[in-house]
Amino acid sequence: MSSGTIIFALLVIGVTALGFLASRWGNPNLGSLDEWALGGRRFGTLVSWFLLGGDLYTAYTFIAVPALVYGVGALGFFAVPYATIAYPIAFVILSRFWGIAHRRGYLTAADFVRDRFGDRTLEIAVASTGVLAALPYIALQLDGMRAVFAKIGGAFAASDGLLALVVAFVLLAGYTYTSGLRAPAMIAFVKDTLIYVTVIAAITIIPARLGGWAHIFSVSQQTLAARPKADSTLLAPQQYFAYATWAFGSSLSLFIYPHSITSVLAAKSRGVIRRNAALLPIYSLLLGFLALLGFCAIAAGIVTSNSSSVVPTLIDRFFPSWFAGIAQAAIVIGALVPAAIMAIGSANLFSSNIVAGFTASRASGNATLAKRLTLGFCAIALLLVMVVPVQYAIYFQLLGGAWMLQIFPAFVFGMYTRWFHPKALLLGWVCGMTAATAMAAATGFTPNITLHVGGTAITGFLALYALAINLAVAALATLAMRAIRADAGIDMTTEADYA
Amino acid sequence: MKKRAWYALLVLPFIGTLFPQIYNRAEPALFGIPFFYWYQLAWVIVTSLLLGIVVIATRRRDDV
Repeated sequence: MSSGTIIFALLVIGVTALGFLASRWGNPNLGSLDEWALGGRRFGTLVSWFLLGGDLYTAYTFIAVPALVYGVGALGFFAVPYATIAYPIAFVILSRFWGIAHRRGYLTAADFVRDRFGDRTLEIAVASTGVLAALPYIALQLDGMRAVFAKIGGAFAASDGLLALVVAFVLLAGYTYTSGLRAPAMIAFVKDTLIYVTVIAAITIIPARLGGWAHIFSVSQQTLAARPKADSTLLAPQQYFAYATWAFGSSLSLFIYPHSITSVLAAKSRGVIRRNAALLPIYSLLLGFLALLGFCAIAAGIVTSNSSSVVPTLIDRFFPSWFAGIAQAAIVIGALVPAAIMAIGSANLFSSNIVAGFTASRASGNATLAKRLTLGFCAIALLLVMVVPVQYAIYFQLLGGAWMLQIFPAFVFGMYTRWFHPKALLLGWVCGMTAATAMAAATGFTPNITLHVGGTAITGFLALYALAINLAVAALATLAMRAIRADAGIDMTTEADYA
Repeated sequence: MKKRAWYALLVLPFIGTLFPQIYNRAEPALFGIPFFYWYQLAWVIVTSLLLGIVVIATRRRDDV
């Protein structure tokens, strides 16, 4: 066994122990939903910073973004403006949501939608969107872990990393069941520290060994231009719109994913959310440097058809064994944290909004059902990875992102206005979901679609087009519902809840 | 009412990053990194600072 494998194994065993020990953090009553699923809503600025950072910047992100830059050049850098403007949006929307949720005892976004619009079907629509979008996301975290296990070799690589994956995931399900959100919150400290160490080391060592950035970019430019489908280290003017809409649309959906909402509601105050909106961009800087590693991979002459192996291959090639062990542990632990939070977030939605509807008296609820559902979601995600080819999981995740955006009118606009009619929002949602699915299928599951408007072709982010359709339908249907004076449901929230 | 004006600062990151025609250039490079890349990375820092200003300027008594 190499020194790297030993370090890797020790780190992974260490965080597993931490995950189980987390159940004693603050001596909680873990039978209560607020304690189990939201850590008692007591996390301060520092804990929330690690938790949200560990939650939003997943192992999949860290593998997929450099891989995208490696694959398409400048266009792949959209992740950086995306992870920049997400924060002004989060600052405004989430501090408002935190306040409402705190007063009304919400656990999910669908809780709010039900409370605000009084419509059970809309509640189920919003909740199932979140669950469907989270599942492939969990599966992709698992796939990232599996790629690392396969690379490490030895016992870890048995049956292409599947055996190690199953063991790691059963343990994950175990401590998530036992400790709830406290487990990923505690592990996030280790995860983020390892990620920072790895990225800073990578970004100092690798470019220097490759002859500096100027050289890396000039080689990348030549290599990209020479590919069958030529790309560049700069955007082509016809890519501007796709680049901007891709970044903007993605930033709108980032914080309405169930795992984001779960971490946000675990904060102890509105101030924690506001401060973190200003502090979390540090992770985006990290993501940006990591994206540049995609060019390092091109300059290093790495040629692969499996783009998700780009980062593990770079690590393998440029780091000594012991440090590669740290980097690989960073990726695996980086997958465990968001996977646990996604499972908890989905379980919350399922138990709070699908099995039974939200009621204000549920706030003191029992965690038993959500805990069991977490095990169920872990099992489904594991099954997805074992049975479905990874390419389908990627398609599914992409589609999930487009779907997620379709709850924006009910959830986000709903926080500012009760103008929309609940049935109109539901109709808009149906049209948005259908349009997103149809466009994704038509493009062969690429994020951007080309529309021909009056002889000119415009390529843009399809999720945003679907949202435009969704909003237009919801607005028109609202006017129609008002014209026939249809019953608009009961709004249980009051003006004071939004203060 | 005056406090709200600070929120206008948060429009800047959108203008700065969502119009690639402003920054889709290789020169001036910084440490060999083309303008396109370091400009957008700089916006991460600027956005963080702008948010910091707005957080402090619009703080309420109940924000602990």
